[in-house]
Amino acid sequence: MTNETLMTTAPPETSVEPPRLRIQDVGRDFHTKSGVTHAVSGVDLTIQRGEFVAVIGRSGCGKTTLLRMIGGLLAPSAGTIEVDGKSLWRGSHVEPTAVTKLGFVFQESNLFPWFSILDNIALPLKLRGVGKNERRERATELAGLVGLTGFERSYPRELSGGMRQRAAIARALSTEPELLLMDEPFGALDALTRERMNLELQRIVLETNSTVVFVTHDIPEAVFLADRVVHMTPRPGRIRQILPAAFPKPRAVLVQTTPEFNEIVRVLRRDLDEEE
Amino acid sequence: MSPRTLKILPWIVTPSLVIVIVFLWWAIVTLFDVNPFIFPPPQAVAASFVQLLSEPQTWSAVVVTVSEVIIGFAIAVVVGVIVGVVLGKVPWLELSLRPLIVIAQVAPKVAFVPLFVIWFGFGLTSKIVLAALLAFFPIMLNVLLGVRSVEQGHREVMQSLNATKRQTFLQLDMRSLQPYLFAGMEVGIVLATIGAIVGEYLGGNNGLGNMVVSAMNSLDAARTFALILLLSIIGLVLYLIVNEAKRFVIPWHESVYGLRNVTA
Repeated sequence: MTNETLMTTAPPETSVEPPRLRIQDVGRDFHTKSGVTHAVSGVDLTIQRGEFVAVIGRSGCGKTTLLRMIGGLLAPSAGTIEVDGKSLWRGSHVEPTAVTKLGFVFQESNLFPWFSILDNIALPLKLRGVGKNERRERATELAGLVGLTGFERSYPRELSGGMRQRAAIARALSTEPELLLMDEPFGALDALTRERMNLELQRIVLETNSTVVFVTHDIPEAVFLADRVVHMTPRPGRIRQILPAAFPKPRAVLVQTTPEFNEIVRVLRRDLDEEE
Repeated sequence: MSPRTLKILPWIVTPSLVIVIVFLWWAIVTLFDVNPFIFPPPQAVAASFVQLLSEPQTWSAVVVTVSEVIIGFAIAVVVGVIVGVVLGKVPWLELSLRPLIVIAQVAPKVAFVPLFVIWFGFGLTSKIVLAALLAFFPIMLNVLLGVRSVEQGHREVMQSLNATKRQTFLQLDMRSLQPYLFAGMEVGIVLATIGAIVGEYLGGNNGLGNMVVSAMNSLDAARTFALILLLSIIGLVLYLIVNEAKRFVIPWHESVYGLRNVTA
């Protein structure tokens, strides 16, 4: 499938501004004793401002590897990644001015147990030298945005998994990132909490007008949240197809019961099933 | 068991056990008519203890011994943290020094006291050196373990935030290793106390260890016991200070938080 056949729901470009994210021919090899593994190979992807893109695929399809490369955590072996037209990688070194535009949410909340929720949310601001009062104010605001008002003074261990993940999202949002990267952020949560978190995430993304790359292995989750769903296949990890999910936003839970929604889910499920 | 019961449990069990032990001690000594030169009855030890506390000489000895312990312990903490962090951060250095570290660790350090006396004299310094040396190893090894135990996920957070090495060290490494440092310090403060006293036993003219030696030389078993009791109390207080400090420095840690929630 070529990119021309793909519909994008992102707002049309009003000027010559570069896309938020441009990935060109990106690949990553891992050298192991048994030889070379092509975890990601020849990936091209362009994401516009305000777009929500979900990346889906079986374990080992390279989706997390791809996200880690976009997040500045893992250097690509080939290709270029540009954020707002700025190259993210210079060889195996990450470009600081590009990486500061990113916010990363991991599968585990990875909150620091010695910090209160407020201090965890404010950590990125602290690292950037923002004054104590200003970052407290900003973190309090963000705690409100993710629904954690009243828990600012708590330690992460005192919160449930879902609440910890909300705090991790607030932490990633604290620097007002141009691009929010999420690696199966709700993978460790139970189904009901997960559904609630998806609604919350949709609200937060709309309120902050964020651009998001969201990695998951849950098909309905991907279709529910995303404007476009990128389907990756393993060995080597590459993009097989990109499906638009053009439902108006905000979406209600019940959009998942519509035939249009289920058709996309069906296609993805069928194609994912074909792979071994 | 209800949390309330759990909270008061040690306050009941500990005094009861002490009373039982003292009673058994008294009963055996009286029943078998043990020579008080060999094993004095509890009331003789108590009398000797009260007498001990009334002597100004005792208090100056306490000051001497406690200073040795605290200075030696402080040196062990500072050097232990620095060496532990460096060895933890530089694996090839740790790997190449490991045999030497193990040898130094198993070497009977108390045997060096005569040498310390030759090198550092009969004064406080030789005792401080022994206290520091004994406390150093558990602190250093725990700090080393702590530096190596920083969670990979936390490292990636700092990496994704483009944190500098210095920021990562201060905000992550130094924080992660604190529970390990306290584990080392809890062992270290006990060993520092032992080090100071043994140092005084073997080469000194001052401190509580020296008083124990004089009491033994004058065959005053009750006074020896009273001194041991005093030393135990000092050791306990020092340990409790370290333990209490933990609650302020790492209130978030399982060892503190978990306990608080059981007893709260």
